[in-house]
Amino acid sequence: MEAARDFLEQEEDTQKGKYLTFSIGSEFFGLEIACVTEIIGIQPITEVPELPEYVKGIINLRGKIIPVMDVRLRFRKPFREYNDRTCVIVVDIKDTSVGLIVDSVSEVLSIRDEDIVQPNELKAAQNRYIKGIGKVGGDVKLLLDCDKLLHDDEVEALEKIG
Amino acid sequence: MADHISEPMLEMYIFETTQLMEQLEQVVLANEKSGFSQEDVNEIFRIMHTVKGSSAMMLFDNISALAHALEDAFFFLRESKPDKVDYPKLADLVLAGIDFIKNEVEKIKSGAEADGDVDELKSGVQQLLADLKNHGGAPETITTTRPVEDQKYYIGPQKEAQSKEYYQARVFFQDGCQMENIRAYTVVHGLKALADEIAYSPHNIIDDDGTADLIGKEGFLVTFSTRKSDEEVREYFNRTIFLKELDLAKVQDNPFKSENGEQAAAQAKAPAAVGCEDREQANAPQSMVSVHVTKLDRLMDLMGELVIAEAMVTQNTDLKDLELDNFQKAARLLGKITGELQDIVMSVRMVPLATTFLKMQRVVRDMCKKLDKQVELELIGEETEVDKNIIERISDPLMHLIRNAVDHGIEPAGEREAKGKRPAGQITLEARNAGSDVLIVLRDDGRGLDKEKILARARENGLVQKNESELSAKEIYSFIFLPGFSTKERVTEFSGRGVGMDVVTKNIASVGGSVYVDSEQGAGTTITLKIPLTLAIVDGMTIRVGNARYTLPITSIRESFKPRREDIITDPDGNEMIMVRGNCYPVLRLHRLFNVKEAASEFTDGIMVMVDSDSDSLCVFADELIGEQQVVVKALPNYIKSLRRVEGLAGCTLLGDGSISLILDVGGMVNMGYRQGAH
Repeated sequence: MEAARDFLEQEEDTQKGKYLTFSIGSEFFGLEIACVTEIIGIQPITEVPELPEYVKGIINLRGKIIPVMDVRLRFRKPFREYNDRTCVIVVDIKDTSVGLIVDSVSEVLSIRDEDIVQPNELKAAQNRYIKGIGKVGGDVKLLLDCDKLLHDDEVEALEKIG
Repeated sequence: MADHISEPMLEMYIFETTQLMEQLEQVVLANEKSGFSQEDVNEIFRIMHTVKGSSAMMLFDNISALAHALEDAFFFLRESKPDKVDYPKLADLVLAGIDFIKNEVEKIKSGAEADGDVDELKSGVQQLLADLKNHGGAPETITTTRPVEDQKYYIGPQKEAQSKEYYQARVFFQDGCQMENIRAYTVVHGLKALADEIAYSPHNIIDDDGTADLIGKEGFLVTFSTRKSDEEVREYFNRTIFLKELDLAKVQDNPFKSENGEQAAAQAKAPAAVGCEDREQANAPQSMVSVHVTKLDRLMDLMGELVIAEAMVTQNTDLKDLELDNFQKAARLLGKITGELQDIVMSVRMVPLATTFLKMQRVVRDMCKKLDKQVELELIGEETEVDKNIIERISDPLMHLIRNAVDHGIEPAGEREAKGKRPAGQITLEARNAGSDVLIVLRDDGRGLDKEKILARARENGLVQKNESELSAKEIYSFIFLPGFSTKERVTEFSGRGVGMDVVTKNIASVGGSVYVDSEQGAGTTITLKIPLTLAIVDGMTIRVGNARYTLPITSIRESFKPRREDIITDPDGNEMIMVRGNCYPVLRLHRLFNVKEAASEFTDGIMVMVDSDSDSLCVFADELIGEQQVVVKALPNYIKSLRRVEGLAGCTLLGDGSISLILDVGGMVNMGYRQGAH
């Protein structure tokens, strides 16, 4: 019985434990593969006024209009000119499609749950988009919480008031 | 049993029945007062017949039974043409029947059982029929079945017989299962998959309901040839619904040759299966198809991709500076065709408001009966086309408004006459395109809104925030849209619970529209729904500001011109204005509003576009006009909207080259412009 359930769970989620890794500057980040729809090169972006700086505007993804977010700016890192290594990772979270602009995409990795450690609680303010830290060989990948990345504006708004 | 109802069939049934009911409703409403003409009676009879048949086939027995009763009544009307017919009563009954069927279909749609109790309605119809018969001195022919000919129809063989076996089956249905003939047809229809040749008796099971009784008594005789095994055939028959008894036996010699040889030979030449002919004919003039909206969405997206791909090919940089006459010719043709295709695809989503408007007629009629008022509903501009999604959202609010108008607005006939008005109230429902919006105006000539009463009620409920003497008439009227507001003391069946109006505003706001009310006491009320262009298709003017492109709805553009420096006025606060023919308009620099770099900042380098919204105008300063284009308005992604409420933007659209252009919301910009001026 136990074995059967395990098998079913495995069947259900073959994408579990797989992460798409990308780099911003010298740091490597990981995104759960299940929420990634596709990866495209940088596209012409139409700016929309009055948006936070990190939302660069909207792009046309084969007739579908999706917003794009510069992850660099989201993490308060300096803006870097886009080049041919720049990629847009299209993620789909709770029926919202958003493109994430990253410096470059590297590979898909399997990270086992026991290799993931919780981020340091003390630095919670800085780590609020980080769900965990994955250890792969000698490297460390910061695993992102997509949902927070997109919908964490209340926190930001509160900070502004404070 | 569920195996027999395949999904597409059920979907088709629901669609067809809904349409038929709407059609029927129209016929009944249009002729209620004047009485039904021969044509209408025929039409209603036909519709009921179809509904009966299809419902029986889908095993919705209550619907089918009701349709049967109504069909009988109209059959009588058709055949014996009685003089004295109580048309209003008949209309009431038919409408009640329509409501019942609609309700049941709704249930079926939501996956529930169609379990409504039909007996009362049915006996009502039967009672009416009996009355008719008594009055009219009906000829006897109505109930007698047409003589049943003992003729067999033949469904052509598909392959030459080799190891075929001939069978004869006699099928008895359960007593009281009704529609034996239709059930028999289902048997034959299903048998076609198994059998090569089929003959059955009685033959005219589709168009003659008299055969139902006959089948009930004597059973349904099918003779057929098949290559399938004995068990398979038996199993098929045993699956028949409401089967009571089955005699299945092999026949030794070919019955098709011995009994019907000549006919068989003659029929075999005709490729069509004769048994199906009647049905096909009935469906022949169908020129409408129903398509799922998601497919249309997909089609539109694909269309956009096609246009972009076309531009990528024809304007490919590899082809630059090459002399390619033939290529250019072919490319032009391709461009023409894709353009046409784009127009068609865009127009497919648009649906006229007519069906929604016509529904209102029914609402008005029912309410007049109940409230004993006389109201005429006039529809104007029901051909105005609106995106499908919007139509669905405005139907309920409209219903509320109409109900309010009839219930609160229009006075009873006596009161009207005392005021010197016509006894019948007049309600006008008008739709028209106005700039970037569709306006739906509901006008009544009733008693109008009572400012004092509204104000008193608003005060009571603590809704008044401002100094009362400062409130304009419009502000007072708009109190009625607030939740929990109702001046009607008495709660009626139709309105007065104070929920209607705020539901209206909420629903309209959910599509981004707005509601305005104006009234004159004693003379009537006008309510205007302004539905925004989101999702609609608009003619747009594309303008350039720096590298960015924006689209202005053509209908809101009044003119465009090159400004002269001496016409520009700047007030001490730095607000810019321009004099045009003696009038002064605020100027809105798009490049400043949208923070566009590298745009012309000198007025003489760019162009002014004067735009209108309601009564206010404003000049928009841009770099240049690019051209006119029909565009599909797409909403900005929800994520963007959730981040910030972007003022002055109505949405975005894709241009032919695949780039995105933001659509400017003229109303919003005008407000911004004037607010700027006020600061």
